[in-house]
Amino acid sequence: MSDATVSSTQAVVRKPGRLRLALAKPGFMTGIAIIGASVVLALFPGLFAPHDPNFIDYMAVRQPPSWLHPFGTDLLGRDTFSRVIWAYSVNMQMAFLATVFALLIGVVVGALVGYYRGIADLVFGRVVDAIITFPFLVLVIAVVAVLGPGLINMYIAITLVGWVYYARLMRAEVISQKANDYASAGIVMGYSDRRIIFRHLLPNAITPIIVYWMTDMALAILLGSSLGYLGLGAQPPQAEWGVLIAEGRNFITTAWWLSLMPGIAIVLTGLGFSLIGDGLADLLRPRG
Amino acid sequence: MAGVQYTLNRLVLMIPTFFLVMIIIFLLVRLLPGDPAIAMAGDKASDADIAAIRDKLGLSAPLWTQFWLFLTNTLQGDLGRSILARAPVLDVVLARLPTTLFLTIYAVTLSVLIAGPLAFLAAVNRGKWQDNLIRAVFQVGLSMPVFYIGLLLLTFLAAHLGLFPVGGYGESFVDRLYHLFLPAVTVALYTSAILMRNLRSAIIEVIDAEYVQFARAKGLPNRLILGRHVLKNALISTVTLLGLSIGQLMSGTLVTETVFAVPGLGRSMLEAIFARDYPLIQGLTLTFAVLVSLVFLMTDLFQSWLDPRMRLT
Repeated sequence: MSDATVSSTQAVVRKPGRLRLALAKPGFMTGIAIIGASVVLALFPGLFAPHDPNFIDYMAVRQPPSWLHPFGTDLLGRDTFSRVIWAYSVNMQMAFLATVFALLIGVVVGALVGYYRGIADLVFGRVVDAIITFPFLVLVIAVVAVLGPGLINMYIAITLVGWVYYARLMRAEVISQKANDYASAGIVMGYSDRRIIFRHLLPNAITPIIVYWMTDMALAILLGSSLGYLGLGAQPPQAEWGVLIAEGRNFITTAWWLSLMPGIAIVLTGLGFSLIGDGLADLLRPRG
Repeated sequence: MAGVQYTLNRLVLMIPTFFLVMIIIFLLVRLLPGDPAIAMAGDKASDADIAAIRDKLGLSAPLWTQFWLFLTNTLQGDLGRSILARAPVLDVVLARLPTTLFLTIYAVTLSVLIAGPLAFLAAVNRGKWQDNLIRAVFQVGLSMPVFYIGLLLLTFLAAHLGLFPVGGYGESFVDRLYHLFLPAVTVALYTSAILMRNLRSAIIEVIDAEYVQFARAKGLPNRLILGRHVLKNALISTVTLLGLSIGQLMSGTLVTETVFAVPGLGRSMLEAIFARDYPLIQGLTLTFAVLVSLVFLMTDLFQSWLDPRMRLT
């Protein structure tokens, strides 16, 4: 605010801010609302679950949905709705922990090979080709098979495979950013490579990565629950959506709600993340 | 000639990739804590069995000699012996492969039949209610895990309405089409969600392209424009997209086979994991990688055949 004239002219030609644009996007706002609510449920499941998720009641086994038990009860008489709510902690943790390390590794590797190119870049290209030659799930479950089933090993497996996708994206962005004048200016000014890569190129190259991250979090929930369903992710009796669905799969004729109700939570959160991803892609696109 | 040159170049490029794929698969079992020979032999193996495997894997030799042994054995078709099936891994793979291929081709056909017309309808009615409805439905579809789609279909169409069998594989071709209909629809719904999204933008891009606008200005009937220009380009996009999503398609098939108890490669993979049958896990992982790289190759060749500009890159 040092120059009053400049700021007043800016005010006249000012375009609507990103926040205002965001508020005008119903899809994006729905995504924010869903994920916001999911985070609250994940942090404080006890406040919202009507029953104790592990309370066994043999007098109320496999009850259909009712006012008392909106999602019915399971084989041990546990309230499925409360178990779905408690599972938010695990499944939301999945969205974050299964992606964040892949993101960090991928960003650093991608930025370095994109900046220096050379032999490292050639090797990187082959590694990417090799890893995408495996179906994602096949490689992840092969790694889980070696490390042993469980949440932590699942995160390690997904990170080992998933970083490649971030790195590939980051590499392409850094290469295109490096061609800009501001990057050459940095080199001419004699800045260190580290400063150019991490202070100048990275902030300009990060947008597509963040957008991809949102989609990837949706994928992580789908993947994590699939592994839970297959018996390779979270282990029973832990309440996790895939595990809950697996517990009911032998009763689809007699107690269909056991498998079908927990899936609603997966679809909702997945939808939330992809709506945010789509909205961000729109909002962060450079405006003319 | 340019086509032959392109094909050769493309084949040569596969060699280093295949080499790295082999390194990854080789290292996978070496990551196991303890002696890989004990793991590869299974729980019920005798000391002599373990010694024989240790000898075959060359475990006393340096790592690169071990890798060389693994590579040459694999290239000769020797993938080791499955603990679970008590048979060579190659036999197990070959026995299960036709089922998975059948299911995959079936699913691809269905997904094109689902996504193609809908993407076209959405693109032609861009921004209208038809477009919004189709996109909203597929957005929800994208957020559904495959096993959940499968369970939904299984619960309602098979278990409650009795329209389809709950499991099994079928004997004759027609019987197989009927038995595998729900598994194929499951994979197809998942794949068509990916396909539809990209196909819609691809069709819109063609409709907006100058040569199509020109054809329209020239007074060519709409039917001819759509048939000649838009469909041909939509076909290229469809093949490319399907080729590139083959990995996801295979992942989907793996899960679907488990849900519907279809005796294919995917179900075999899970059985192998729970039985700690590492030779079979290795063999199946390799098989999946080979399938994917063959599809990548075919996609590239098909693309270069349809669109000669691709040969330049």
